[in-house]
Amino acid sequence: MSNQGTIGGPLLEVEDITLRFGGVTAIDGVSFHVNPGELFAIIGPNGAGKTSVFNSISQVYRPQEGDIRYKGESIMGKRPDAVARLGIARTFQNIALFGQMTVIDNILTGRHIQMHESWFAGMKWFGAAKKEEMANRARVEDIIDFLEIQAWRKYPVALLPYGIQKRVELGRALAMDPDLLLLDEPVAGMNLEETEDMARFILDIRSELGISMILVEHDMGLVMDIADRILVVDFGKPIGTGYPDEVQANPDVIAAYLGEDFSADAGSAAGF
Amino acid sequence: MAFGRPLLRTSYAEDAAILPTWSQRGALGVAGFALALAALGVPFFEAIPAFLLGGTWLTPFNTMLVFAVAALGINILVGVTGQVSLGHSFFMGVGAYAAVLLGGDGRGGAACIPFHEQLGLLENTTRCGLGLPIWIWLPASGIAAALVGILVSPAAVRVRGLYLAIVTVGLVFIGRHLGNMLPEYAGDAESGRRWPPLEFRWWRRTDDSGDAFITFDEKGAWFSWIPGTDGITLSDDQKAFFFYLFVVIVATVLAKNLMRSRTGRALQAIRDRDVAAEVMGVPEREYKRLGFALSSAYAGVGGALLAVNLARVGPPEWSLFLAVDFIAILLIGGAGTIAGTLMGTFFVRLLPKMVERFTEKNADLAEGDGPVSTIASLLLTDGSRSDFGPIATSAQATGWPLPVALWNFVIFGVLIVVFLIAEPLGLFGIWLRIRNYWKGWPFSY
Ligand SMILES: Nc1ncnc2c1ncn2[C@@H]1O[C@H](COP(=O)(O)OP(=O)(O)OP(=O)(O)O)[C@@H](O)[C@H]1O
Ligand SMILES: [Mg+2]
Repeated sequence: MSNQGTIGGPLLEVEDITLRFGGVTAIDGVSFHVNPGELFAIIGPNGAGKTSVFNSISQVYRPQEGDIRYKGESIMGKRPDAVARLGIARTFQNIALFGQMTVIDNILTGRHIQMHESWFAGMKWFGAAKKEEMANRARVEDIIDFLEIQAWRKYPVALLPYGIQKRVELGRALAMDPDLLLLDEPVAGMNLEETEDMARFILDIRSELGISMILVEHDMGLVMDIADRILVVDFGKPIGTGYPDEVQANPDVIAAYLGEDFSADAGSAAGF
Repeated sequence: MAFGRPLLRTSYAEDAAILPTWSQRGALGVAGFALALAALGVPFFEAIPAFLLGGTWLTPFNTMLVFAVAALGINILVGVTGQVSLGHSFFMGVGAYAAVLLGGDGRGGAACIPFHEQLGLLENTTRCGLGLPIWIWLPASGIAAALVGILVSPAAVRVRGLYLAIVTVGLVFIGRHLGNMLPEYAGDAESGRRWPPLEFRWWRRTDDSGDAFITFDEKGAWFSWIPGTDGITLSDDQKAFFFYLFVVIVATVLAKNLMRSRTGRALQAIRDRDVAAEVMGVPEREYKRLGFALSSAYAGVGGALLAVNLARVGPPEWSLFLAVDFIAILLIGGAGTIAGTLMGTFFVRLLPKMVERFTEKNADLAEGDGPVSTIASLLLTDGSRSDFGPIATSAQATGWPLPVALWNFVIFGVLIVVFLIAEPLGLFGIWLRIRNYWKGWPFSY
């Protein structure tokens, strides 16, 4: 991967951001940072504001307060496509693939920022555009092989099973050659086998491609297994952060997940 | 190249080809050749379209070819980019006006000439045009429409869905109004004005004599200047056919190339999921503007050729009805695919002609005796009380029984609803199903 920002500094710094929708405060003073190569997880109950944090990083939503810096540079106020060009890719909680396009075309669209030929060259096709298309097509085939979705590559994605769509979406994000990858509930609604496959892909992405990741996930087993550090949010507020074992032992976190009445013992018994 | 296994592709280039299999290439080649022979009047080939559309079939067929160019444009905006526009006829008008300003009457370089002198009209009518040749006015009509598209895009890229449809309807009315205000350029509402003829010359028309090296609108031989030959004698429709066919092929290939390259995918991504497209690095507004401009360029060229094809048009030509026709083409053919667009154009433009033709035929048949005549006379009615068929023979008929033109409206309305409900991919979707059925035959799954 390219330049990892200020030497030794974090890749992403989120500083005290607050995001409101009218009367609802979706994010309320959240701060965290992600180091290069790190697999950082954000957990919290439904409606805690996890997806809103992702949308703030992609600048789909604009937090009213705070700052978000990527490789040392503030990204606040940039357009989502400009953020993408900086090297931040993501997947969506409710799959947001390009439904009528094939698997190949979806993943090729992920190559958009890595390709440069104009509409004019494209309409002419022969020459530079064709060359670029073929080179990127080869790259897309590598991703298809990596995610083991060869059999589906010519199908419009809307026709594919849910688990395969999740993989295609991961592939589309990987095609961007990102330095930071945001995964919003990558195993939601998956069975055990599919979850294990996805966990393997995530670990491979980190070890083989060295991409930093932020993972939002409700599957506690998965998060505790693979995350380096964890941030817990509840009602938009950060209530705990640290290594998996620290977070599991944090009484505020247990209270948030199980209600105020439960003790720390009950929390660990409940599967943390 | 894997002849034995037509679906085995050995390179990405082959996979991305417009016509990936040899059977597709062959079928299209044979169809094109047969069409060319039919247009040239070769008896056997000519018989099929003549049976369906009548002896002068080339005239509606040429109009259909011109429509196909504009239809490829609306597909880029509505089908590929997903922005529903009812302003296509406006951009066609812009292209047509650009063509007539640059190429219209204006002999000897006069920008505006009093027209009544030529036509023997009483009122003092002036028509403006620079009399420039087709190789200037045809590309310029596309460029002018694209520029106007870019001009209005700041308003258009900020709204979506129904609001965009309303904004673009507004364009049609603005265009009509401007056209009515400037009869020197646009022609007046009743009689219109003459558009430049299809003819190739190097520079301006200096007089009425034939300084053109190819003319389309006069009977006579082509290429007679080649020494030792008499050239080939073609009718004006035949000449126009080959020119329009050439334009359609170029327009189709360009549109297909767009779809299979980076820009086309970005446009489709915006159609399918605009937020996800942005997060993938596609600047939404810039690409919507590009979609608008490219679509308008096609509309401009199509509009210019339509006006030229009709020879004499006025501002009412560029109406909302025309724009709705193009939406019907997309809905029936299948929005978002080139093949569907072309099928839709064929269907929407030529099917009504076939219906008309067969009612005419039926009217003849109804005169005679026998079972066929009985059926024909049951369907048709001349308006008298005892006659109760659903189709009126008189075009002026009002109310029930409906004249053929109204039946066409009814048929298309019903078809659009049926396609919307049953087959969102249109004719193209039906074709895909048939093809996939035969591909898998005898195993349908
Ligand atoms: N576009 C929006 N407009 C108004 N309110 C919003 C919007 N997006 C999110 N919210 C609100 O912000 C809060 C946080 O929502 P968010 O989707 O970020 O939660 P989440 O942690 O991702 O939950 P889940 O685990 O269910 O995915 C919720 O109360 C939600 O209703
Ligand atoms: Mg969420």
